[in-house]
Amino acid sequence: MSLVEYALVGGILYGVFFALVGIGLNLIFGVMRIINLAHGQFVLLGGYGAFVLVRDLHLNPLWGIPLAVLGAIVVAVPLYAVVPRLQKSSDPEMLSFILFFGVAQMIDAILSATFGADQRTLPEDALGAGSLTVFGQSFPDSWWVATAASLLAIAGLYFYFTRTRLGFATRAIMANRDEALATGIDVQRVSAINFVIGIMLAGIAGVFVPYLLGSISPDIGHELTTTSFAVIIIGSLGNPLGTIIGGLVFGVGTLLMQTFLPSWSNLVPYALLVLIVLVRPSGLLGRSVRTA
Amino acid sequence: MTSKHPWITSGIALAVIAVFFLAAPSVYHNRSLLFSMMTFVALAQGLNLLYGFTGYLPFGYVGFFGTGAYTTSLLVLHTQVPVIGCVVIGGAVAVLVALILGPLLRLNGAYFSIANLAASQILYNIFSNQDLSTITGGPYGLKIDRVYDPVLSYGTMLVIVLLATALAAYLRYSRFGLGIRAVHQDPTSAAMAGINVVRGRLIVWMFSAAVAGLAGGAYAWNLSVFYPDAVFTLQISVFAIVFALFGGVGTVIGPVIGAIVLDALYNGVGISTPQYFEFIYGLLIVLLVLFLPSGVVSLLQRRGVRVV
Repeated sequence: MSLVEYALVGGILYGVFFALVGIGLNLIFGVMRIINLAHGQFVLLGGYGAFVLVRDLHLNPLWGIPLAVLGAIVVAVPLYAVVPRLQKSSDPEMLSFILFFGVAQMIDAILSATFGADQRTLPEDALGAGSLTVFGQSFPDSWWVATAASLLAIAGLYFYFTRTRLGFATRAIMANRDEALATGIDVQRVSAINFVIGIMLAGIAGVFVPYLLGSISPDIGHELTTTSFAVIIIGSLGNPLGTIIGGLVFGVGTLLMQTFLPSWSNLVPYALLVLIVLVRPSGLLGRSVRTA
Repeated sequence: MTSKHPWITSGIALAVIAVFFLAAPSVYHNRSLLFSMMTFVALAQGLNLLYGFTGYLPFGYVGFFGTGAYTTSLLVLHTQVPVIGCVVIGGAVAVLVALILGPLLRLNGAYFSIANLAASQILYNIFSNQDLSTITGGPYGLKIDRVYDPVLSYGTMLVIVLLATALAAYLRYSRFGLGIRAVHQDPTSAAMAGINVVRGRLIVWMFSAAVAGLAGGAYAWNLSVFYPDAVFTLQISVFAIVFALFGGVGTVIGPVIGAIVLDALYNGVGISTPQYFEFIYGLLIVLLVLFLPSGVVSLLQRRGVRVV
């Protein structure tokens, strides 16, 4: 019984964190209808940012969060230049998919040239050396910190959507782009801000990846992207807050598999993704289904 | 080149490809590099069948390649079927996998690609799983070096390249292909004009899977010892996509040109400095999408040359 409890508590922590990993991807898709296939690489950049802070400046890895915010502004603002061009093309989803794959390759190349292919870790005790016990199950402090940070970030996003003018404008664009344009919303400006926020959230999530996955290396970027896709497709594409549900299903599923059938646990995100798109393509994917 | 006799021009293109790869070993002696070039020509062309004519980008294309490689090798190890027969069955099993994954075609562009990528990861996780290592060799791979035959496997791969190119010509110039392209442009109108949309897409999907499965089988035969990573790495899908895009999808010779040029470039520059090359590849993809989405053959087409 305690094994099941372990998997459930751990799965919730893990899942809430992966909701944060996926949520930026979902925000960018929801607002701009483009696919950021370099999402996992932006997560990695956040992780490597924290790694450099710890290694060279001996700071707490949590300083990686403000660095991720700053880095997202520096990287994402110029990168946004390609978005309007993509949106005008014949098939924005497909072309953005291929284009951002190219961006991902470039980030991968830069990361492996700078940091090598080695797995990098962050100091175990930087986020608290102990472990917190709930329902008789104890997990390292770093997991709790990551979960708390994820909840804070998601709550912040919720506040942004429900309480700020910019958030209203964002939701208007998500609901109907043309009508938002007609009511006088500066769609390009709002889209650009959300593009930066999406990448910012990816970078913030990256700071905790070395704790939740044990280490980071340049080759896990695509895996992070696919996992993010699994999480947001299980939740609800285009609706960032639905991502939490996706994260929880993914987290609990993964930890149950890791507990009972460890060698097959890598399959969980992929199997969930394929299963859900095959069994209920209309229900969970909404508008992504072809009419013909 | 004129479009009045597309079948003749396509035939000439096939003959040129055949002569090129038959003559190449006597000019350039590294047969294994030529073999890997042909493998990517076949894969780029196989991917072109699906992406160029239906608009579905199979990001997990490597899944069929790996399936073909494993099916062929396991048959060689456990049965008395001649190797070429094993390769053919490898292609058939890849088609079977495509049929099982057929419902993925219900998904829209990018979701199809992601789901297909996930499906290839599932196949990889099954074939490389520790728990199945008594059957598949698990993470330790397979060894079929007793049937190693560089010359015959080279010829087999050439036949697969020609088959894939012939299929591309068929899709470009036949009545069936015309229907498929109509579906690509506007599925609803095409369906109203009496084209069976689902059947057409499924057939092209199976063509495409067959090419990858056969290529995987011949590749395993030529390599004769391989780890699961070697036949399931995402890099294979990526190369196939970039090569096909670079040459020009939706044409017969575009992917062939793209694969030959970029693979030669990769072997010339990429092997010594892979990281720079990965960066250049990424940049190339970005620039292609932004400035040349129809590939290098579109440069010729703009000048009025009719490209096969």
